[in-house]
Amino acid sequence: MTGQLSTIEVMQTVFLRDLHLAIKQKTDTLGAVFFFALVASLFPLAIGSELLLLKQIAPGIIWVSALLASMLSMNRLYTNDFNDGTLEQLTLSACPLEFIVLAKILAHWTTTGFVLLLLSPILAIQFDLSPLAISTLMLTLLIGTPVLSFLGSIGAALSLGLQSAGALISLMILPLLIPILILGTLAVDAASTNMPFSVYLYLLLALSVLASFFGPLASAFALRIAQE
Amino acid sequence: MEYKNPTNPPIAQPINWFAFASPSRFYQLSQKIILLCWILFLITATAGLILGLLFAPTDAVQGDSYRIIYIHVPAAWMSMILYLAMAFWASIGLIFNARLAYRFAISIAPTGALMTFIALWTGALWGKPTWGTWWVWDARLTSELILLFLYIGYLSLYYSIHDERKAAKASSLLAIVGAVNVPIIYFSVKWWNTLHQGATITVSKAPSIEQTMLIALLLMTAAFWLYAFAVIFTRVNQRSLIDESHTDWVQQILRGRGQA
Repeated sequence: MTGQLSTIEVMQTVFLRDLHLAIKQKTDTLGAVFFFALVASLFPLAIGSELLLLKQIAPGIIWVSALLASMLSMNRLYTNDFNDGTLEQLTLSACPLEFIVLAKILAHWTTTGFVLLLLSPILAIQFDLSPLAISTLMLTLLIGTPVLSFLGSIGAALSLGLQSAGALISLMILPLLIPILILGTLAVDAASTNMPFSVYLYLLLALSVLASFFGPLASAFALRIAQE
Repeated sequence: MEYKNPTNPPIAQPINWFAFASPSRFYQLSQKIILLCWILFLITATAGLILGLLFAPTDAVQGDSYRIIYIHVPAAWMSMILYLAMAFWASIGLIFNARLAYRFAISIAPTGALMTFIALWTGALWGKPTWGTWWVWDARLTSELILLFLYIGYLSLYYSIHDERKAAKASSLLAIVGAVNVPIIYFSVKWWNTLHQGATITVSKAPSIEQTMLIALLLMTAAFWLYAFAVIFTRVNQRSLIDESHTDWVQQILRGRGQA
């Protein structure tokens, strides 16, 4: 019985469990990370190796790659737990589902968004970004990638148990992530041309706060619909 | 909800706001409205097109190519209004668990997507002679394109889930999440457009519009509304007939059709 555990303890347990699972299932976790690096490296091959042009479009390339990589990894957020019945137990537990979902999203972000963030400076160096632009890029990814996980979680919950869940999540959620993409790239663009960029970071932070509140709520609602 | 006999309606009682939430009552009422909508649609569309294409003066700057606005502008308006209407019915469906509201939401979506597509398509046809290019990454065009993606996402989710009730609920949640995001998307695209690209061609209209042009445009807008009502009500009724084929009122209607 989880009745004896407080909400925080349940969240901690779920978080650590998901983290362990992600580390054990290396192909899933590392797959998204390598996908990120691969997509970002495809652009110079398609566009040409001219550094000035690449430098200009680098923020967009890295952000789009991060968007695609995190959507790719979204499918595993609830699918395994749904298939083996764990999700049903979590839904029935005394702890509110919203908090469990929050813990799962945070664990998911730690194993994807956070890893992408750590990898991003290496990609940025390939595109010859300035140190200021690189630090701004990392800051925008730090603030922005949680939104990808929070909104992606809604998509994963809505498409739970469906055959074509992977493509469907991207189709549903990517249009909603356009503001994040715009603000993230605008900030890095401004930083690389020595313009003030803090306003974009504040807006990004505002969206991140909104998503962190509404994301778990909507995800839990969708999970209950899927398990009716 | 208690079932009220449609042949014996309560008279002189306080208004029952949920009276037409019953699919059978809605069916009776809407079948008449649909016919009326089609008739009025034919009248307004014919009058609007004749007035707009034959009698409205030629634009001083754009020539005759401007005349596509009689299709383009109403379609663009409808595409946005229908998304809000869809999200509205989706939320009513989730709040009251009303099956007719869910049917409204999903019945609005294809027409909304069609209007968005028409707006984009006619916009491109207008852009080529006027701007010299099919497509410009203008804030309005981009927002309209994203709106099309939102409609497609909603429809794909609905049609991916085979359980009717689950599909209605899940897609309703997505419609609401989408509607909350629409203003955020709109403003971010606007900033992106003004800050990213510098000044591009804007879709500014002439400040004053000729009387005939205005009347033709209003007639066409009315025609688009009537078309949307007729098509959406028809779709709602078809869904009702299919989903409730086991009920008495549907059986009665089907039997009546068989005799006629």
